[in-house]
Amino acid sequence: MPRITLSSVIASLALTTAATAETKIELWHAMGGALGETVNQIAENFNASQDEVQLTPVFKGSYEETLTAGIAAFRAGEQPHIMQVFDAGAATVIGAKGATVPVQDLLADNGVDFKIEDYISGVRYFFADSDGKMIGMPFNSSSPIMYYNVDALEAAGVTPPATWEEFQETTAPALANAGYIPLAQSHLPWIFTENFMSRHNLPFATNDNGYDGLETEILVNNDSIKAHFTALTEWQESGFFEWYGTGWGDNQTPFEEGKVAIWLGSSGSFGGLSKKDLGFDFSATYLPYWEAVTTEPKQTFIGGAALFAMSGKSDAENAATAKFFEYLTAPETQVFWHKETGYVPITEAAYELAAAEGYYQEQPAAEIGIKQLSLDAGENTRGYRMGFYVQIRDVMNREYGRILTGETSVEDAFSTIEEEANQLLARFAKTQG
Amino acid sequence: MKRAGFTTISLPVLLLLPQLVIIAVFFYWPTVVAIHSSFYLQDPFGFGSTFVGLENYADLLSSREYRKIAWFTVVFSGLVTFFSLAIALVLAVKADKVLRGAKTYRTLLMWVYAVAPPVAGFIAVIMFNQSWGPLTEFFGLFGHRFMVGVNFNDTAFSMVLASVWKQVPVNFIFFLSGLQSIPRSVREAALIDNRSASGRFWDVTFPLLAPTGFFLLIINITYSLFDTFGIVDTVVKGEPGNNPMTLVYKVYVDGFRGNDLGGSSAQSVILMVLVLALTIFQFRLIERRIHYT
Repeated sequence: MPRITLSSVIASLALTTAATAETKIELWHAMGGALGETVNQIAENFNASQDEVQLTPVFKGSYEETLTAGIAAFRAGEQPHIMQVFDAGAATVIGAKGATVPVQDLLADNGVDFKIEDYISGVRYFFADSDGKMIGMPFNSSSPIMYYNVDALEAAGVTPPATWEEFQETTAPALANAGYIPLAQSHLPWIFTENFMSRHNLPFATNDNGYDGLETEILVNNDSIKAHFTALTEWQESGFFEWYGTGWGDNQTPFEEGKVAIWLGSSGSFGGLSKKDLGFDFSATYLPYWEAVTTEPKQTFIGGAALFAMSGKSDAENAATAKFFEYLTAPETQVFWHKETGYVPITEAAYELAAAEGYYQEQPAAEIGIKQLSLDAGENTRGYRMGFYVQIRDVMNREYGRILTGETSVEDAFSTIEEEANQLLARFAKTQG
Repeated sequence: MKRAGFTTISLPVLLLLPQLVIIAVFFYWPTVVAIHSSFYLQDPFGFGSTFVGLENYADLLSSREYRKIAWFTVVFSGLVTFFSLAIALVLAVKADKVLRGAKTYRTLLMWVYAVAPPVAGFIAVIMFNQSWGPLTEFFGLFGHRFMVGVNFNDTAFSMVLASVWKQVPVNFIFFLSGLQSIPRSVREAALIDNRSASGRFWDVTFPLLAPTGFFLLIINITYSLFDTFGIVDTVVKGEPGNNPMTLVYKVYVDGFRGNDLGGSSAQSVILMVLVLALTIFQFRLIERRIHYT
């Protein structure tokens, strides 16, 4: 039977006082499963590395649920110190001036060196304001890349396509003949809309993709993307492309089962795929582009999410948050995160460290995301900033689903998307009034 | 005769107070807040807002999509209510006649009652899994490639199926006890008057079951409008896409996923008005035709 002795009471009291000397901060995130365990591991390592700050990560569900929980908490004055917000929620959290402390200011105020040039080019400005000041700290940054089943491509006698023309004329027919479904993808708005614009350097919205003001209109109803979706429907008919619904996993599963030869997913899917016993070799390369649209393909946007320092906290707590951000951006932490999850390292230094360790010799596919993000930039490649973007994506998903189930035409779908998206943008502008 | 009563007004008020406070805090206050915010477009974090009058309502009523969802909700609720009641009634009538092993039989039928809606939805997701779902394979036998999450009708079918399956046991319990409360003498008298079993059912049993049926009708309409949320959410896996959804789910999608507080408040107010109208309609028109014994 355990006995409570005087010394044990004193010992536990001593522990409590030691704990209260630390500044406690909370991080609300949306990383489930293996990703969540990696976040916990980073928090543990951070807590063990110093004794001034105690970080507690809290899993809050999906990206949307995390944002909603954070907003509700903010309105009740109970916000966490750090909140993870995904790409589509960027306009909401950055638009609410005063909800967050810009990460660039936070770091500068707390004596942490900050140079935006230290970050790899594709991640610098997505979560920045129109002047290029970084507001959210990019955390789990990914980009859509093309995964392929090496065995399938070998069996069909083809190499991964660099352009959609090559896919259409050479790759797809050969793969179909070899008994594979040539192509599937997991996120039509992200891969075939947002990053389609970036890869082909097409403007996505007025006002410099929405960064420069609220009176923004979407420019999605253009001939290049409509031609792409028309091609998709033709590929679907000739058995070159299959769509398994809006759910991410429903489209990834057939690739994992070896039915689909080429799957467009996130560079962040790499960690999960390489931990699975797939029964075939897979690799990855850049997202293809249409030669008919551009002969100089550009970099893609980052997807994923950023960490925002919420306002309304004491100076000591802000200093603690800055300390965690400093730890998080350290090359060693970034390389750990990169290797565990497949998300890209966000700084040049971390990228160099991973390369110096010889990681990309072992895993060339793990480098594709970062290489694609570091391709040439264009005037339309830094990102986009649109309000109510979660609903705009829902509208896209709905109309794309209708195109691919034959309920509507490409022409009608894109004019509906344009009309509804512009209504949503106009509504959002009024919420900021 | 002496009438018991309170001598002062303060004591009854005091006794009623807890109930009134609960109603005010949990029903009236949210209602007032919803109506208020339906006239505004506001920043989710609460920094800015613009008074827009009836614009949120006008946007909704002029939206083709919203009308489509409303129509789907009507069809969905109609199907779920009808099949839940009809299947439960058949089962109850049959179970009422079972003599041997009646208890086991009834318990087995009631079992599903314990399943929560999201779990029912999850079971549907598994049964209709695109690559290995047993029901997907069953439909495959007839040459139909069943695709939940891709095909609108297939997805709607799986939602209706899961919702009906989940609701049948509740209705079954009520119908069965309704049947058992019909006096034996009435049934025996009917037996002399009419030899046809179905004739006896429609002339005697069914009208006597009407109070139970009416109660269940209201419960089932409410269930299919509101409680099926968990099923819809799990079947669409949180991604509305081109999938069918109900009005309640739309409130969630716009308000809780999209943070459009004004728009989703307007939707809740519309739903409130609809439910109010439905309730008045039911009690005014249908209840009059029902005889309580």
